[in-house]
Amino acid sequence: MAKVDALHPWKEVPLGCAILEPGNARQFKTGDWRSKIRPVTDREKCIKCGMCWIFCPDMSYNRREDGYFDWNTDYCKGCGICARECPKKAIQMISEEE
Amino acid sequence: MEVSIAVSEAVKLANVDVISAYPITPQTHIVEHLSELVADGELKAAYIPVESEHSALSAAVGAAAVGARAYTATTSQGLALMHEIMFIASSMRIPLVMTVVNRALSAPINIWNDLSDIMAQRDCGWVQLFAINGQEAVDLTLQAFKIAEDPRVLLPVVVNVDGFILSHVIEPMEIPDQETVDRFLPVFKPVIRLDPEQPVSMGILGGPDVYTEVKKQVEEALIGSQKVTAEVWKDFGNIFGRNYKPIESYKTKGAETLLVTMGSITETAMTAVDVLREKGQKVGLIHIRLWRPFPFTEFFQAIREAKVLAVVDRALSPGGVGGPVGLEIKSALFEQKERPYIAEFVAGLGGRDLPVEVFAEMVDKAGSYAQKQKKMRYEMIGVREK
Repeated sequence: MAKVDALHPWKEVPLGCAILEPGNARQFKTGDWRSKIRPVTDREKCIKCGMCWIFCPDMSYNRREDGYFDWNTDYCKGCGICARECPKKAIQMISEEE
Repeated sequence: MEVSIAVSEAVKLANVDVISAYPITPQTHIVEHLSELVADGELKAAYIPVESEHSALSAAVGAAAVGARAYTATTSQGLALMHEIMFIASSMRIPLVMTVVNRALSAPINIWNDLSDIMAQRDCGWVQLFAINGQEAVDLTLQAFKIAEDPRVLLPVVVNVDGFILSHVIEPMEIPDQETVDRFLPVFKPVIRLDPEQPVSMGILGGPDVYTEVKKQVEEALIGSQKVTAEVWKDFGNIFGRNYKPIESYKTKGAETLLVTMGSITETAMTAVDVLREKGQKVGLIHIRLWRPFPFTEFFQAIREAKVLAVVDRALSPGGVGGPVGLEIKSALFEQKERPYIAEFVAGLGGRDLPVEVFAEMVDKAGSYAQKQKKMRYEMIGVREK
């Protein structure tokens, strides 16, 4: 899907609904709503193995220069796969309100 | 020359880049001859022998998406197997050309002619043309590429050629030379295409926020294609001297009853008109060459003096008000203040012969039903009751 905020009139929809700009899926913020929980990583327990980054189905984790992984709120659906797969139980799913 | 061979010669003259097809009776002669032309080096094109019609149309869509001039042909069950790709081709705005050699849909298995195959694809968003003879099959094939590829259209076009009674007959035809065809049909210049240098994605997901707009685009392009088709026909007439109209009239002057036909039965029906005219009956005929988009204005113009229409449908819409042509005409006339009496006949299913006498019978019946203002949805001609 093209940009979710681009509600074009029919004459302006690209021919045949083609996407003319490569890689624009990242503009589609899939994390603008999620289940009522979000992951929090305990850096004390984290061993920088990258399992969260590998398993995340929405590519919400990005590796930092120091080896830790940042969580990107724009794409997380709150599925909890990262917390389940973390071998050190360093990731907790907490309520959005917390 | 056999009409199937002539159609493949027209495809060759159109200088196609890709042919992807699966042989099926009665389309076989067209693609067989094309494969020979490619194998013999007479036509520089890629011939993709696919494993099904679903793949045949898919490969043609893919080829056209990269900017190739693509062609395929099929019939009946093969067309039914293409059904899902038919909609994809039009909504992706893929300009390709397909010949449908019209044949009845199973069951029972029947290889003979009627229009049930294409009528089941009525709403697929393609431009749909019907040839009444071999020359038209050739001409419409050449025109179809020009219509499809016009930047104002960019839709697939189907040319309908009746199975056997048109596809397998030998008729005298004028096959134009390459130079003249090149003058008529320019090189295909795609508006957008799959190109690694300028990446685009085609055939994407479109949610509730955009699907309606895409369908509106297809609808407007299809309606707009009629103007382009008229221009293409004007060009064609200027270059080749044969003129085409969306609705053709035959002896309609002073006619009270008009036969309404499509495809190859038209010439038999014309003979019936001649016979009945000689007997003093006020009978004429119109035939619908452009079925989609339906040419409403030209249709109203063509029937304006008629009191009775005898509509011949060669497909059935089971459980509805009649066959697809009758349904179209009745609904088109619904808002007209004055409209002729419409007698609809479903005839010629699965290759049932339609000789001159049957058209005379339909004209007679239409006249007497009109006199009685008989309430009818449709009548099935020639069905055995006992």
